Amino acid sequence: MAKVTLKGLSHSYLKTQSSDADWAIRGVDIDWNDGGAYALLGPSGCGKTTLLNIISGLITPTKGDILFDDKIISGLSPVERNIAQIFQFPVIYDTMTVYDNLAFPLRNRKIPEEEIKVKVHEIAEMLELSSTLNNRASGLTADGKQKISLGRGLVRSDVNAIMFDEPLTVIDPHLKWILRSKLKELHQKINRTMIYVTHDQTEALTFADQVVVMHEGQIVQTGTPVDLFEKPKHTFVGYFIGSPGMNVLPCQIKGNDVIVNGKKIETHQQIKKNNFNKTEVGVRPEFISFSNEGIPVKVLSVSNTGRHKIIDTESETGKIKIIAKSNEDIPSGSTFLKFKKEYTYTYGDSWIIE
Amino acid sequence: MNKTVNQKAWFFVIPVFVLVAFNAIIPLMTVVNYAFQETFGNNVFMWEGTRWFKQIMLSERFHASLGRQFLFTFIILFIQIPLGIAIALTMPKEGIGVPVCLVLMSMPLLIPWNVVGAMWNIFALPDIGFLGHSLNALGFDYNFTQQIGDAWFTTILMDVWHWTSLVVLLSYAGLRSIQPAYYQAAEIDGASRWAIFTKIELPKMKKVLTIAILLRFMDSFMIYTEPFVLTGGGPGNATAFLSIDLVKMALGQFDLGPAAAMSLIYFFIVLLVCWVFYTLMMRNEEKS
Repeated sequence: MAKVTLKGLSHSYLKTQSSDADWAIRGVDIDWNDGGAYALLGPSGCGKTTLLNIISGLITPTKGDILFDDKIISGLSPVERNIAQIFQFPVIYDTMTVYDNLAFPLRNRKIPEEEIKVKVHEIAEMLELSSTLNNRASGLTADGKQKISLGRGLVRSDVNAIMFDEPLTVIDPHLKWILRSKLKELHQKINRTMIYVTHDQTEALTFADQVVVMHEGQIVQTGTPVDLFEKPKHTFVGYFIGSPGMNVLPCQIKGNDVIVNGKKIETHQQIKKNNFNKTEVGVRPEFISFSNEGIPVKVLSVSNTGRHKIIDTESETGKIKIIAKSNEDIPSGSTFLKFKKEYTYTYGDSWIIE
Repeated sequence: MNKTVNQKAWFFVIPVFVLVAFNAIIPLMTVVNYAFQETFGNNVFMWEGTRWFKQIMLSERFHASLGRQFLFTFIILFIQIPLGIAIALTMPKEGIGVPVCLVLMSMPLLIPWNVVGAMWNIFALPDIGFLGHSLNALGFDYNFTQQIGDAWFTTILMDVWHWTSLVVLLSYAGLRSIQPAYYQAAEIDGASRWAIFTKIELPKMKKVLTIAILLRFMDSFMIYTEPFVLTGGGPGNATAFLSIDLVKMALGQFDLGPAAAMSLIYFFIVLLVCWVFYTLMMRNEEKS
């Protein structure tokens, strides 16, 4: 068990780097406490798997340091780092039984066979694999196999961190939910640092206490699920998290006033400076309501999901989505929108203006 | 899923059926015809029943060539399979080395069989061949045209040179298809190099290796051209494998009946060994 710290981490798969785009990840600083549950969230290709592989030692970073409990471990091999990793596709040793699969990491570390037996049975119990211990691992279903991968990480009682690289990708939807709850439950039971990489916001938000959102190799925001929803620090976080995502509209800043489509609107922040190339206003569909005055829009379409209605509207500078209760009456044709002040933010060059 | 019944579809099979009939079924039936009858030419046939089969099964000559055949096949499998896997493991996984190695490896496979035989014949000639001359210069008494051991050594070396590449290419393809996550997981699990080979690489290569062994078994069991050009089955009958012996009997002595019976027995041995081998290899697959 360990605290994981990343300092100024950058990595490029190229030999020479000329622009920001050549870096898979750049300037990443992270502090993860011992025993926490963390998620790395981002779209495909944002560098989250690279970051995970750097922590586990499968990739050596171009720049920066990795620390476990404040000790630099950048040069150590995955074995020496003593971490466990669960991959996207279940990795099992086909020719071995479930028991042998679970015992494999312990046998490689020359642990006495009696001790292995106790440990394997304990983990199998926890993962509900006890009844299949003597079966060939290759005969199991995808979720069973993924449980074995997980089990191989859990049998070692001294691992510093357990890392998950989109572990539920190949699992059936109805089993995903079960396995995810299982993970959460395991985390509470064994209390080890767990790092979970995913592009699925539901998985990240339900699993982790702290979510790190990555975008183009950079961390754009770290926070609790509520933080990410209520106060996105970057427009990317706004529209990546939430369904549908945040509305982002171009705006002008004149003095202290924020102007959208020619109308002055109230935002959460007090604007003190304006030295940006691009300014935008962001507001989630949940925090917009129809009104008699405000931003003029035309209602394009209404779709009812059962739980709520999603309304597409067209304003002068772009489309705006609104979420309304499913029993609410929706005006048709031209109408006006009002943004909730506390949840409306101004962004300068995509970053929130503080 | 329900399949639609469409009997007219059988008509599409006719071209293939005609083709196979002409190049396989009809010639095979001719052989069957000869195997049960005696002929003195002029299309006059006499029924002989199973006489030729009994004669072949009891003939020492057949036993000897069958023994040589099995010995040869086992030796080359024993060399080519491990050697092929070993070469595939050491081949580069990325960069310019990959196409270079693949092309170099494919070269022997592209050379016509009689050319391989001729090449090795000249290469191994004790007086002027590079191999033969060098070995003699190094103090070995080497002459593949007169000494049985040398003839076997040269034939096996030639076959290893010609066909190991096939095993290499198949094994390499098998190795390349293993997901990197397996190696990463093994690294994290603290597996040794040997454990990675036996627990990941070999099981994952099982299917391609089955194909490699089957192909190499069949080809080497039916080998004809290369040893025919290299040694002509000699010295004496030392390298007269089944097909060389068969051709001698059929075309040299014109014993068509026994030769036909021998062909059929030969054919069934190949079929039987392949079936047994394939069933054994695939048995575990079905269980899981």
